[in-house]
Amino acid sequence: MDTSQDDTLVEVKNLKMYFPVTRGVMKHTVAEVKAVDDISFKIRRGETLGLVGESGCGKTTTGRCILRLYLPTAGQIFFEGQDISSLPEAKIRPLRRKMSLIFQDPFGSLDPRQSAGSIVGEPLKVQRLVTSEAEYEERVEQLLRVVGLDPSMEDRVPHEFSGGQRQRIGVARALACEPSLIVCDEPVSALDVSIQAQVINLMEELQEGLKGLTYLFIAHDLSVVRHISDRVAVMYLGRIMEITDAETLYENPLHPYTKALMSAVPIADPFVEEKRRRIVLKGEVPSPLNPPSGCSFHPRCSLATPECSQVIPPLRDVGGGHMVACIRV
Amino acid sequence: MSVLLKVENLKTQFKTDAGLVKAVDGVSYHVDEQEIVGLVGESGCGKSVSQLSVMQLVPTPPGEITDGEVIFEGQDLLKFEAKGSKMRSVRGAKIAMIFQEPMTSLNPVLTIGRQITEMLELHLSMDTEAARGRAIELLRLVGIPSAESRIDDYPHQFSGGMRQRVMIAIALSCHPRILIADEPTTALDVTTQAQLMELMKDMVDHFRASLVIVTHNLGVIARYAQRIYIMYAGRIVEAGTTKDIFAHPHHPYTIGLIKCIPRLDEEKGKKLVPIVGLPPNLINMPSTCAFLPRCPYRTEKCEREPWPGLNLIDGQHYAACYADIREE
Repeated sequence: MDTSQDDTLVEVKNLKMYFPVTRGVMKHTVAEVKAVDDISFKIRRGETLGLVGESGCGKTTTGRCILRLYLPTAGQIFFEGQDISSLPEAKIRPLRRKMSLIFQDPFGSLDPRQSAGSIVGEPLKVQRLVTSEAEYEERVEQLLRVVGLDPSMEDRVPHEFSGGQRQRIGVARALACEPSLIVCDEPVSALDVSIQAQVINLMEELQEGLKGLTYLFIAHDLSVVRHISDRVAVMYLGRIMEITDAETLYENPLHPYTKALMSAVPIADPFVEEKRRRIVLKGEVPSPLNPPSGCSFHPRCSLATPECSQVIPPLRDVGGGHMVACIRV
Repeated sequence: MSVLLKVENLKTQFKTDAGLVKAVDGVSYHVDEQEIVGLVGESGCGKSVSQLSVMQLVPTPPGEITDGEVIFEGQDLLKFEAKGSKMRSVRGAKIAMIFQEPMTSLNPVLTIGRQITEMLELHLSMDTEAARGRAIELLRLVGIPSAESRIDDYPHQFSGGMRQRVMIAIALSCHPRILIADEPTTALDVTTQAQLMELMKDMVDHFRASLVIVTHNLGVIARYAQRIYIMYAGRIVEAGTTKDIFAHPHHPYTIGLIKCIPRLDEEKGKKLVPIVGLPPNLINMPSTCAFLPRCPYRTEKCEREPWPGLNLIDGQHYAACYADIREE
């Protein structure tokens, strides 16, 4: 490994991703959607970093920037010590072997006319990781077995599988090139609860089995994120509000938005629910086209002071790696 | 509290090319006055179809309500013609429904004002002006800012959460006795979900109505429902007060459900216990318990005997299982 200092796999520095809003035939830019607005964080090798937030907070965009599916507007992304934020496509390709993606929709993310075996094996061919047909067959069989699918089903097409099985195919495809990073974008939210647990357990077992496998786990379901993650980053309107380990997130959330988010999630236990204090946020998430000045959460925040509308609070360490972006805590 | 709605042995089937689907297969439940009842289950368990059957909204064909009674205000709703005036005077007026998709359940070419006043003019015979005034009042009640001007907007001009508020306003417009909410917040963000659930709870309090929450989310149920029915493969497998069921789940499926979801307050490092296998195909179901192939507690008796009916455990707690399981 070339990063000598520590075990950081990915480092994101001041990442910005703005999408232009164009109008007219000439497509001149009339506005910008600040999907991701100046965020910084690290992902350590072998850990699971959870990224949570509500729709439109920029969590998916962040994931796609790290995979360099988008060319970021500004900022740097270091992958294994190398700055990939502005690498040309030709140089990105070989790196793609080391990073893969699991999608949300197990129905839309698999080619309906391709067999399960060929879906799982395609990355091997694209990246030229196998030299013979026999090796290819063996590898596909092994991958299917790893995710708990019977290799004899490799000739079936996606519609012959259940939702959970389809998501297993997606996981096998992501594992094909033995990546060090898998960006999981809402991998279980389309599944029924009893099936969700099967896929979550599979992902956890894979990580235990393959040393160094790192997940960036993007989801809106806080309970799932907290369950699977070592550390969690909470996003709101393109910015990171808080990063902390999963334990502290529930025990001692500091940012008012994190607190509101946690309290909005009901716990499946009527006895616990009886005693919980509920914070119901007022209003809705503002448009990222025209975000509020200063701290983007201040119009909905119960702690807000006039100062909050003027300064953008920096993400600062309040001890033990617990980072929070709020001037009031 | 007296019983407001009583459903007895409801059966709804769908004829498909592949065979007969028994989507709802002998479901009995009741809703008391001013009560919040939860109906829980995974996709395809028949929870939505049972509610559509009560409202006689099951598309016929292919669907057909083949048996059962739905007693509401002393009358069997299933005896009414689905499109007849008697059913129409109940549907939407006395029993109202909120659907999962706030995007598709509003008419995109009518202003939201028109969609509320339509209800008021039809069911309560209000004149145009009175209906408009009442509609503004309702929109204000469900928390739509500047209701006077927004009443003339179209659904696409509202966000998902706001659209669901409009749906709630429509559902409440005629002072229903029962509000059926079918996965009302599933498509929405958690903070919006919390806002809407609180709103619905306040509204049923305000209108002294009962609420039936149909959901797969055990958390929502634990927070809001007083009583729950757990459904699996077209039948109710466990029923009881929310506290009884969560403290002493009795049916293996209920136990499985509670153990397989990650909890926000769980200890780190806890493993989830998934329910093995898949939900059954509802075509050509065996006569034995539908949960049998996935059940860790199955006994020889389960393989031999037909699917058991609900047995009383204690108080209001019922479960459909031969095994005697005591889990904390």
